[in-house]
Amino acid sequence: MTRQEHLSYFIRLHRTGLTVTLLCALIVLYPFVQDNPYTLGLSNLVAIHVIVVLGLNLFIGYAGQISLGHAAFFGLGAYGSAIGTVTYELSPWPTLFGVAVLVALLALIIGVPTLRLSGHYLAMATLGFNLVVYTVLQQWDEVTGGVSGFYGIPSLAIGSFAFDDEVRFHYLVWGMALLSLLLCLNLVRSGVGRGLAALAGDETAAAALGVNTQISKVKVFVLSAVLASVAGSLYAHCYNYISPASFDIFVSTDLVIMVVIGGMGSIWGSLFGATLITLLPEWVDVFESYKDFVHGGILVLVLMFLPQGFVTGLVDLVKTRQALRRSRHAAS
Amino acid sequence: MLHLDALSKQFGGLPALSDVTFRVPQGQITALIGPNGAGKSTLINCITGVLTPTRGSISLGLQEISTQPSHAISRLGVARTFQNLKLFERLSVLDNVLAGLNNEAGSSLIMALLRLPYLRHRERQLKLRALEALDRFGLADKADWPAGVMAYGDKKRLELARATVSQPQLILLDEPVAGLNATETLAVEQQLRRLRQEGQTLLLVEHDMELVMGLADQVVVLDSGCVIAWGTPDEVQRNPRVLEAYLGSVEATA
Ligand SMILES: Nc1ncnc2c1ncn2[C@@H]1O[C@H](COP(=O)(O)OP(=O)(O)OP(=O)(O)O)[C@@H](O)[C@H]1O
Ligand SMILES: [Mg+2]
Repeated sequence: MTRQEHLSYFIRLHRTGLTVTLLCALIVLYPFVQDNPYTLGLSNLVAIHVIVVLGLNLFIGYAGQISLGHAAFFGLGAYGSAIGTVTYELSPWPTLFGVAVLVALLALIIGVPTLRLSGHYLAMATLGFNLVVYTVLQQWDEVTGGVSGFYGIPSLAIGSFAFDDEVRFHYLVWGMALLSLLLCLNLVRSGVGRGLAALAGDETAAAALGVNTQISKVKVFVLSAVLASVAGSLYAHCYNYISPASFDIFVSTDLVIMVVIGGMGSIWGSLFGATLITLLPEWVDVFESYKDFVHGGILVLVLMFLPQGFVTGLVDLVKTRQALRRSRHAAS
Repeated sequence: MLHLDALSKQFGGLPALSDVTFRVPQGQITALIGPNGAGKSTLINCITGVLTPTRGSISLGLQEISTQPSHAISRLGVARTFQNLKLFERLSVLDNVLAGLNNEAGSSLIMALLRLPYLRHRERQLKLRALEALDRFGLADKADWPAGVMAYGDKKRLELARATVSQPQLILLDEPVAGLNATETLAVEQQLRRLRQEGQTLLLVEHDMELVMGLADQVVVLDSGCVIAWGTPDEVQRNPRVLEAYLGSVEATA
């Protein structure tokens, strides 16, 4: 092998590790080159979305299911932390984890009956769940603050170090996003992840190989709900204020769009999808006012031309072309 | 090994299997033949829990499996291929075979999220076994291809590799050489012989008579959901009811 071949082999072998390292470096350095609080705040929102989208992507892309209700889990995490820390004066970190456990239980209770449904029915059931949660958040004034929202949520802190400005919060949320990313990468590279991918590919064949399709779907649903809840708690502590509008069904569809743009079953794609859809309205004013149309349009285009989603679709294309090129080599 | 007793399956009142009774002895190749629509695939689907039988029993060793779900039957060591390929097209060839080792890969979500060292170690071992299986079926050089890109003959062999890699107790093959050319058929035949040599138990559904008669230890003939004959290949070939069923179907299709 030449040196160049050695290098490219090394890169290929360690591509996941290298990409993670690169991402780490970017995260650490970003506040040094970008100190505009508004921009940092946006990037923090991206990180929060990344956490939700990672889980949702496992559910949609790996388990092959659909949820139009993940903003509800996101909202329950946010309100859970808000109510726990303000109304009951509990400390933020244990509240964050406690709420995540409660949301996990709720997802389990919802998941067991609804995941027997498929396709449109599942979409309707999760949408219905989101509507119920949204209505409760809006109507139950004395607990949630109703439409005017919930104020005065404390910041998270480790010891006396409070995550109370954009830069500090940057390290917290991106650290959590990176952690979620690593966990998800672990999962998809394991036997469990392969079982899930098999499930998304062909349920009958997956079951014939011993994958308990029902339980697998419920597990991933619960995992995705937990990630959404944690992201919600972070959101509440980051903005110190939340209102029901941040957790309505349009947010749920935006989350699905992030998954689809990024690519079904692509962990790295989740990063891309969440970034693009969060930042798009900021970059171009038109998107701000016609957000729903633009998102819908992007969705249709991607599904028409790259039905597996943007990143996954491109990766599939490349892999297919490589395979075909090699078989032509072998034939000649 | 496998014992079917008065197994019946109806689809909305129409019988697809009626009182099917036979045994699949350990370490042998049992062939299941019959004209199109005889109920062969339905039988395999009943054994593997894809369909629930209407009546009758299916026992594997001493266990009754007719009421168990697919994944539980797989965990008892029953593997299969599908008449119309069911590969995971977007996964790599290697991952398809690794999926065949699913029952040994561990199913704890939490362990998988944490990727503990013992899990990594096991993953490496499974990978070696999967590569070995690919090598055996002549697919090693395509390990990182997406399965969907492969030629039909390769896909058929990949399904075989996926079904056999875990060395299950019982392997059910639904037309493993359908659509293959003579060379490819011969290669598959050699693989099946080798599996028998290794002591695997096979139930082989096949239309290719030459393959069946040359390979099977015993043959069960199904027609319109009923077992009309069973015995050694020679006995079955001389059975007048079998000839009638086949000639009848030949006339019907001609
Ligand atoms: N899911 C189903 N619903 C209704 N009828 C079915 C179903 N599956 C099979 N059948 C019917 O049961 C009968 C047996 O079908 P089966 O596929 O088992 O035949 P086969 O012996 O495998 O035929 P072939 O050689 O063509 O594969 C056929 O008449 C078929 O139409
Ligand atoms: Mg059939």
